Amino acid sequence: MKVFSTSKVLLSTSISALLISFSASVAADITKIGMITTLSGGGSSLGKDVRDGFQLALKMSDNKDVELLIEDDGRKPAKAVQIADKFIQKDKVDILTGIIFSNLAMAVIPSAVKKDVIYISPNAGPSALAGKGCHKNSFNVAWQNDNLHEAMGNYANSAGHKSTYILAPNYPAGKDALTGYKRFYKGKVAGEVYTKLGQKDYAVEISKIKASGADSVFFFLPGGMGIAFMKQYSQSGSTIPVMGPAFSFDQGILQAVGAAALGVKNSSQWNKDLDNEANKTFVAAYQKEYSRLPSLYASQGYDAANLILSALKKAPASDKDAFRAALKAADFASPRGDFKFGNNNFPIQDIYVREVIKEGDIFTNKIISKGLENHQDAYAKDCAM
Amino acid sequence: MTAALFLEQLLNGLQLGMTLFLMSAGLTLVFGVMGLINLAHGSLYMIGAFCCAWITGLTDSFILGLLAGFCGAAIAGLIIEVLVIRRLYKRDHLDQVLATFALILIISEGTSWIFGPSPLYLSIPPWLSGSIPLFGGGSYPIYRLLIIIIGLLIAFGLYLLITKTRLGMRIRAGESDREMIAALGVDIRTIYTLVFALGAALAGLAGALVSTLYSVEVGMGEPVLILALVVIVIGGIGSVKGALVASILVGLVDTLGRVFLPNILSLFINNDDVATLSASLASVLVYILMALILAVRPQGLFSIHD
Repeated sequence: MKVFSTSKVLLSTSISALLISFSASVAADITKIGMITTLSGGGSSLGKDVRDGFQLALKMSDNKDVELLIEDDGRKPAKAVQIADKFIQKDKVDILTGIIFSNLAMAVIPSAVKKDVIYISPNAGPSALAGKGCHKNSFNVAWQNDNLHEAMGNYANSAGHKSTYILAPNYPAGKDALTGYKRFYKGKVAGEVYTKLGQKDYAVEISKIKASGADSVFFFLPGGMGIAFMKQYSQSGSTIPVMGPAFSFDQGILQAVGAAALGVKNSSQWNKDLDNEANKTFVAAYQKEYSRLPSLYASQGYDAANLILSALKKAPASDKDAFRAALKAADFASPRGDFKFGNNNFPIQDIYVREVIKEGDIFTNKIISKGLENHQDAYAKDCAM
Repeated sequence: MTAALFLEQLLNGLQLGMTLFLMSAGLTLVFGVMGLINLAHGSLYMIGAFCCAWITGLTDSFILGLLAGFCGAAIAGLIIEVLVIRRLYKRDHLDQVLATFALILIISEGTSWIFGPSPLYLSIPPWLSGSIPLFGGGSYPIYRLLIIIIGLLIAFGLYLLITKTRLGMRIRAGESDREMIAALGVDIRTIYTLVFALGAALAGLAGALVSTLYSVEVGMGEPVLILALVVIVIGGIGSVKGALVASILVGLVDTLGRVFLPNILSLFINNDDVATLSASLASVLVYILMALILAVRPQGLFSIHD
């Protein structure tokens, strides 16, 4: 009797195992991508652009076996972790993507990639994930956090700035930013200030800048902080030129900053006037689809989707090793031009210096020079891959 | 540090203080007169900012926008008082905190339903932009000066209202003995509603005034609410004079802390961490001030129940 029941159990288990493997093989045809991004609150325009760029690339592709799930993290790390758990455990996604802010990225990516989920970052590139904390499942299609700041530091030398006042919020990405700027900038630092994260009033800092005798100002204040700073800076009547990474001078933000930003130099790995086929196709398709100009975030979302699509042509996402190798090859045409991954799965790319101009009624950017060529981040050497 | 820069930073501190005063005047009156803790005061500030941005966008007139911020928040305050707050006067503080916290959630969600999740931005009208020269070679934005002037005018107006009018007399009477003034036949309910709406209107005006400096977004009221609570605790709960003095004190300490702490700290510590350390310390300076004042005067600087 005992023997009989055991074999019965065995039989039923093997049947259900068969069923599971059958349903798994059906599901494998569909690649599930979970997008965790910021769609509400102060950073929402960034998340929306990444999402729109991503969806545009999916729409333009002939691969219709990709399912995209999107959830809003509200810029809250706890919520992002919750969504990631749901995507991984309940929806069984193959790939995660979408996170905008570095503190959320640090909460989600290290544990997700350990569960053998591939993560493709369309934005946040904290130094902790580029050096010792690099992982074979973690890719960044945008930049390492320091990169754009490094390009500005390099530009400041060539523009003849000798004394820069630098400021950033008091949190990890803010420190990465000022470290990045100082890594390349050779002049004197007229003042170094960390502001409160989310600070809205910069009257104190602006008064100090005006009195500091600096010949230039470098700031990294992402999202609403940068808009508030630029508006208040122009109200203060200061004539010291400001510069910064593209984040405070991008398409989505420029209309809110307005004329205050005209002439400001900023660094970016992409701009809408880059002369290559992929970029022309992207800019035209994006404008047609959404009736607005794309931002650098949109280009990053577009690249993230195209990277995934290019890898899926070579291997299914379920074959992890082959899929990772296909991702690493980065065999797609990026609107930014040449693009490849370094050993730590972060980009090696050119970074440009742009200037804010006005075209008709629209504030936008044009490229004026190359800030850094074939640039790789400073942390790659600490990565064991 | 030149005299011009010092003067400029003093004005910055004063301007922050005046914004805080507009927020805390209503909060302290409501607390002092009705004994009610109103956490939703920050939401009224937000309502003011959104009304201002909305009407300015519609009419292209910032003056109308300011008025809309003031009136919109007053109307919102009136509705909230009649519907919710009125039921809370007799409850204990925990119930009040719970109910007004619920109001924050409802108003925030409602606002993002109506205006969408993205922040709104407003520009200073051309006739108020630009800056004026200060003694010693500095300059100061006209708009921020305007905030200081409006704050001082409101403070003077509140002083007149409370000390010279019949309504003010009743408010003061309500503060010192609630039961007695009701027994004397004064319609205390109407006074409560008026005081609440007045406080709401001032918070709305504060929100409208800063809407051109910052972004107008859901959740903008809560950080200010925390500072306003610090102000009314320092100033003495219920005292408008205390709120004025404490607002200016908090504004100046916060501003001058951010200005001088790096210099002071670099005398003692000599490495790269000075910038981050002073930033962290400057952000808690206001709370240290509160702790110190409470240690010496637990009832606040100008308590009405001395």
